[in-house]
Amino acid sequence: MLDWLKPQVLALQNFVTLSGRAYVNLFRSPHYLDDIILQMDTIGVGSLPIVLLTGIFSGATITLQMSRALNQYGASGEVGQIVAISLVRELGPVLSAVTVAGRNASGMASELGSMKVTEQIDAMRALGTDPTQKLVTPRLVAIAVVQPLLTILADAIGLLGGYLMAVVALHLTTDMQYWSSAHQALEYDDILQGLLKPFVFAQIIALVGCYYGMFTTGGAQGVGRSTTQAVVTSIVWVFVVNLFIGQFFINLK
Amino acid sequence: MATPATNGDQEREVLRMEGITLRFDHVTALDRVDFSLRRGETCIVQGAAGSGKTVLLKIALGLIRPDEGHIYIFGKEMTRAPEQDWMEARAAMGILFQEGGLFDSMTIEENVAYPLENIKAVHCPRDEVRPRVEEALQFVELGHTLEKVPSELSGGMRRRVGIARAVVTRPKLVLYDSPTAGLDPITATTIMALVAKERDTRHTATALVTHRYQDGHLLANYTWDAGRGRLARSDGGGSASRTRFLVLCEGRKVFEGSQEELESSTDEYISQFARRWKE
Repeated sequence: MLDWLKPQVLALQNFVTLSGRAYVNLFRSPHYLDDIILQMDTIGVGSLPIVLLTGIFSGATITLQMSRALNQYGASGEVGQIVAISLVRELGPVLSAVTVAGRNASGMASELGSMKVTEQIDAMRALGTDPTQKLVTPRLVAIAVVQPLLTILADAIGLLGGYLMAVVALHLTTDMQYWSSAHQALEYDDILQGLLKPFVFAQIIALVGCYYGMFTTGGAQGVGRSTTQAVVTSIVWVFVVNLFIGQFFINLK
Repeated sequence: MATPATNGDQEREVLRMEGITLRFDHVTALDRVDFSLRRGETCIVQGAAGSGKTVLLKIALGLIRPDEGHIYIFGKEMTRAPEQDWMEARAAMGILFQEGGLFDSMTIEENVAYPLENIKAVHCPRDEVRPRVEEALQFVELGHTLEKVPSELSGGMRRRVGIARAVVTRPKLVLYDSPTAGLDPITATTIMALVAKERDTRHTATALVTHRYQDGHLLANYTWDAGRGRLARSDGGGSASRTRFLVLCEGRKVFEGSQEELESSTDEYISQFARRWKE
């Protein structure tokens, strides 16, 4: 039992130490602005197509699935409301986080992992740089900034997907009705929830991805293992934390 | 924390490690190892794979903290020193990692400039960076590769860039981790000639981890002839008397002494690192 527990506790300790350092570095120079911008480009611009595709198809799919149920109650005019609430509160943040985790937690883990196994991380320390400052903090900052933005775009295009399905394809409702029902359904705390979630998820993705990268051992095989674990772990945590944030906002009311 | 040392001591002793012990879980990677290096001195560290050679170098650089023992860099106690002090100490140390350890997302120029731009204690003005990078690359005869990236270079060239990056800060101590591992004999000799050249032109202290006895033999018996630009057999004394051999076995130091003593050893393990080198 103790033998099983020891590596888990050690992993947790390493994760907490790394995360702590990454946050402390926010207030310590040097700040690697170039690296932050480069990461914003890689993560933000790079993930844009897949996040938008995910958004538009989820918006359209919700509409399609809901249309039957809504028709039954004669409430098909309310479809905008359902798309807006489910996208802004839940699907937008979670689906964007999952796609970004799949794309970038793996990218971070494999990039940092291969740097680790080829002694580039050691070299960095030997040559006067704190690897956490140079590698982890820029990724953390970059993704925490771009993830809420990506989510906003995913929400918007998701609503558009819902509109295309509801109004153009299925003729469930009219232009005006769709958008006004969507607009009226949303309250400020939905928007807040919809922006807080990606901000938190982004940090999970960056810290988990970087952690698995920085603690990679065992050559090319180790890099592969780290990459897989980074994606699995970050996605699981996104879902777990999503529940707690949802619960928190329900308690607020 | 730091014990102030006299200037004389600082000149003499570049690196001293006392009773270094390091354990990973149940494995003892290093077991009470003593190690010291003076200015202009060369130490060849040999041992089988997993005997703790690389770990010893990483401890000397402060990349790994030992569980027990003391480290002195230029006479200053560094055992429990914070990372910041280590960063300063590393300004006077150069390292070549086993595979070169080059940053593969950067060009050769950026790689070699990295220590100049990032080690604060080096104090290199911005307009001096480029000339010094060029000088270091000239030193390893790769002056034409500035714009290339590491993946475009051969294994031997990458090591040479690694050497350029290690010596660009003009360190007093250079550590080499298996610089010839996996290279053909001709390239290996080129690399070793550069190691000797750095040692003899700048009088740096050199610690070299290797499993090839030729490497130690070369450093012990040859010096860099600057006039002719090649290695020359040294006339006894000189570098031979200043070259020590050290053999590690499963984390323990099992031998320390001159090449002669190494070659006359009858111990089965130790003598494997001194295979009757005939001229």
